[in-house]
Amino acid sequence: MQFCTFFLGKDLFGVPVLEVQEVVRQQQITQVPLAHHVVRGLINLRGNIVSTIDMRRLLKMAPLEDESQSITVITRVAGGLVSLLVDQIGDVIEAPEDRFEPVPGTLGLEFRHIIAKVCKLPENLLMILNPERLVEFDRVKLPAGDSLARAD
Amino acid sequence: MKEDLQSQLISELVIESLEGLDAFDHEILDLERGGVSPDSWNNAFRIIHTIKGSSGCIGFNEVELVAHAGESLLTVLRDGRMTPDAAVFSNLLRYSDALREMMRSIEEKGNEGDADHTQLVRDIQALHSGITGTGKPGNQKQSFGFFDDEAETPVGFAGEAGPESPGSSRNTVDKASEKESSAVRVSESIAPKLSSDSAIRVDVSQIDRLMNLVGELVLARNQIVQSADQQADPAHFAAVQRINLITSELQESVMKTRMHPIGNVWAKFPRIIRDLCHELGKEVSLAMEGSETELDRTIIEAIKDPMTHIIRNAIDHGIETPEERRTAGKLAQGRLNLRAFHEGGQVNIEISDDGNGIDAERVLQKAIQRGLVTAEQGSRMSHREMLALIFLPGLSTAEKVTNVSGRGVGMDVVRTNIEKIGGNVDLYSEPGKGATIRIKIPLTLAIIPALVVTCCGDRYAIPAASLVELVRIEGDQIAKAIEHIHDAQVYRLRGNLLPIVHLAKELELKPSGHADDALFLIVLQAEGRQFGLAVDGINDTEEIVVKPLGKEMKGLTVYAGATIMGDGKVALILDVMGLARRASLLDEGDRQTRSRKALEEAARSAHSQAQGEMRSLLVAHVGRNRIAIPLSCIARLEEISADKIESAGKIEVIQYRGRIMTVLRLSAVLGIESARRTADPGDDPELLALVVCALETENVGVIVDSIEDIVEASIQIEIREGQRGILGSAIVQQRVTDLLDIKELARMAA
Repeated sequence: MQFCTFFLGKDLFGVPVLEVQEVVRQQQITQVPLAHHVVRGLINLRGNIVSTIDMRRLLKMAPLEDESQSITVITRVAGGLVSLLVDQIGDVIEAPEDRFEPVPGTLGLEFRHIIAKVCKLPENLLMILNPERLVEFDRVKLPAGDSLARAD
Repeated sequence: MKEDLQSQLISELVIESLEGLDAFDHEILDLERGGVSPDSWNNAFRIIHTIKGSSGCIGFNEVELVAHAGESLLTVLRDGRMTPDAAVFSNLLRYSDALREMMRSIEEKGNEGDADHTQLVRDIQALHSGITGTGKPGNQKQSFGFFDDEAETPVGFAGEAGPESPGSSRNTVDKASEKESSAVRVSESIAPKLSSDSAIRVDVSQIDRLMNLVGELVLARNQIVQSADQQADPAHFAAVQRINLITSELQESVMKTRMHPIGNVWAKFPRIIRDLCHELGKEVSLAMEGSETELDRTIIEAIKDPMTHIIRNAIDHGIETPEERRTAGKLAQGRLNLRAFHEGGQVNIEISDDGNGIDAERVLQKAIQRGLVTAEQGSRMSHREMLALIFLPGLSTAEKVTNVSGRGVGMDVVRTNIEKIGGNVDLYSEPGKGATIRIKIPLTLAIIPALVVTCCGDRYAIPAASLVELVRIEGDQIAKAIEHIHDAQVYRLRGNLLPIVHLAKELELKPSGHADDALFLIVLQAEGRQFGLAVDGINDTEEIVVKPLGKEMKGLTVYAGATIMGDGKVALILDVMGLARRASLLDEGDRQTRSRKALEEAARSAHSQAQGEMRSLLVAHVGRNRIAIPLSCIARLEEISADKIESAGKIEVIQYRGRIMTVLRLSAVLGIESARRTADPGDDPELLALVVCALETENVGVIVDSIEDIVEASIQIEIREGQRGILGSAIVQQRVTDLLDIKELARMAA
């Protein structure tokens, strides 16, 4: 199976390549007041209006100081398209089935919610995203005191 | 593969048959109204014949059997061997219903359903048994014989009609007229009779996609046109001009493909009206005008139910029975007019009847009875305002609830549905002469005119349908023009208080700290109420293409969608109703019942009875607020020394005429800062202005800062919630004044 990969800091993530429509430079984003914190806003993708999800915010990572190199990965989810705002795009990687492992329980809950499995690559680890989960950010109900419940 | 073909055949059969049956009803109704054209019988016959043939071919024998029964009857009728009476028409319509039901069942379940049609078949056979008698079996055999080939080539039917009516001397005439009529009918018919060579079926999503792409093309065109202005090359310029023109034309053409004539919806009404009339024993003639007026298909869908409801209402409650009409000196037959026409980029639909009309007084009485308005409010209403009450939820003037209408779901639903698509409804009526309901709706939902405004650096589009007017307040006048009722801002727009909603505040945006050189108020209307939306700037009106938001944002009711502006950037479209709800301007659910109860109470209670009419009010000051207390509930005005106030439990009391009276400091109760300085302990005890209010069981003393005046005024209260002890605000002597709710105060004191 092939995965389109991208970086958030040093972490490497992958989305099944068939679920990725295209990768585009960061567009002008129109903010949506009152929307969930994770939604950065809307972009115009050749006439389609697509919501942009800030992956760093989704994973509770510190914001990037210089976003000029950020890039968006347009991904298909059940309800249509979403665009994922990431730091940097990686290669398309062929990940063999026998290298997959389940997500370790020690990983933060916000990670565990969207990551389906982990792939052991020779150099590093690739976290495979479950695209459907990406837009379920408002459904995550966490017990008080958990990392996601922290006010940000 | 084979199954695919089968299911495709079936779905074609269902679509064709349902369309055919609609047209069939149309013909039958025409004939019932006295049309004598043999064409109509021919058309009806042909429709049934096709259905019979096609379903027999696929193997739906029940449909075939039922269809055949009617076909035989139609043959007799077509040949003029029998004069149809009411029973014939009723049974033919019953018959088409039965066929329709079977088709629906085939569509949904894949079978013909388990309804038993033997009685229907027998009834139909009985109608013409005297005429066909012996000829029947032969007929049956022949028709079965030929439709097997017939189904494949329905075009050839006219020529093959011979065996169906052997011995008919009119046979050749029939053939000729039939051919002719089919050509004429297609062009003049309202029903969507698609003839296979001039129309194709296209998936709606296909057209939507086309529409999207054209929208994009328009944007790209705009950019090219802009850059072309700087180009010197004339050839290039000419090409751009051509692209410009072609794009506009393309846009228009694609728009047109989404349009349907409104007659598509209307085609169902003759049948509905006929059935209603039979049920209610009324006579109604229907006239339709402008059925070719075109509307976007989404809008057509949306107005279907409201229109049906209005028509049912008109016949059930509007048009009288023939006897009543004769007594009133009218024609026994009622008249119902449907009219559609374009006006100012909108489509107007008028539904008028010449029935009994709507008695505005009765509507008002009902509204008062239900506690929707108070008697005082009612007394100030104009005729039109009274009629408009009919659109309030929970109001029906029908004395008796009938099977047909008047079950509580009423005109409010009609209005809500129409407003949902950016339209509005108006009602005119003259008692005894009839009523007219006028619906105004936009041509399309996909492209709407909108006002583009700026707020905190972002652009927002507001649908022009809810726009009333724009107000600009210059910087130096803002402080004066905007008045405060407690913490709510209001603006006096031609004597009426207009609540102000700040867009930045509702959207929780940080104000961009611009110089306050001017304030822009956009006066908007939502569900019959107006409010002023304060924004940073007003840009322009534009035609925008509405696009939905993704499901990540479905919970946000303040947006109706998003659009792409000329420069390619995305702008959000505000939902005026949602915005008003967010700003708590519109009542919802329990809030609504609560405020209604409060209103009812206000109407009944002698103490807070302060609505409308000439009324004596005591005007007092507390802090910066002007407070009015109805004089009717004031027993005395006193000045007391502050040291007379004693404590009983947690509350303050004074001895008043030998009794203990609770004292309320209004500033404390309402949370307003008193203008009076707190007395120094060493000073002489200060004198306090005390208003003694008489309640049912006891008196309550209310301390105000100062008493200004007693005024006679006709006031209109704007009810407000959220501030206990204050009923609402009104303009008294050209100034905003809060009206005290004495009863509530007493409760707070207890």
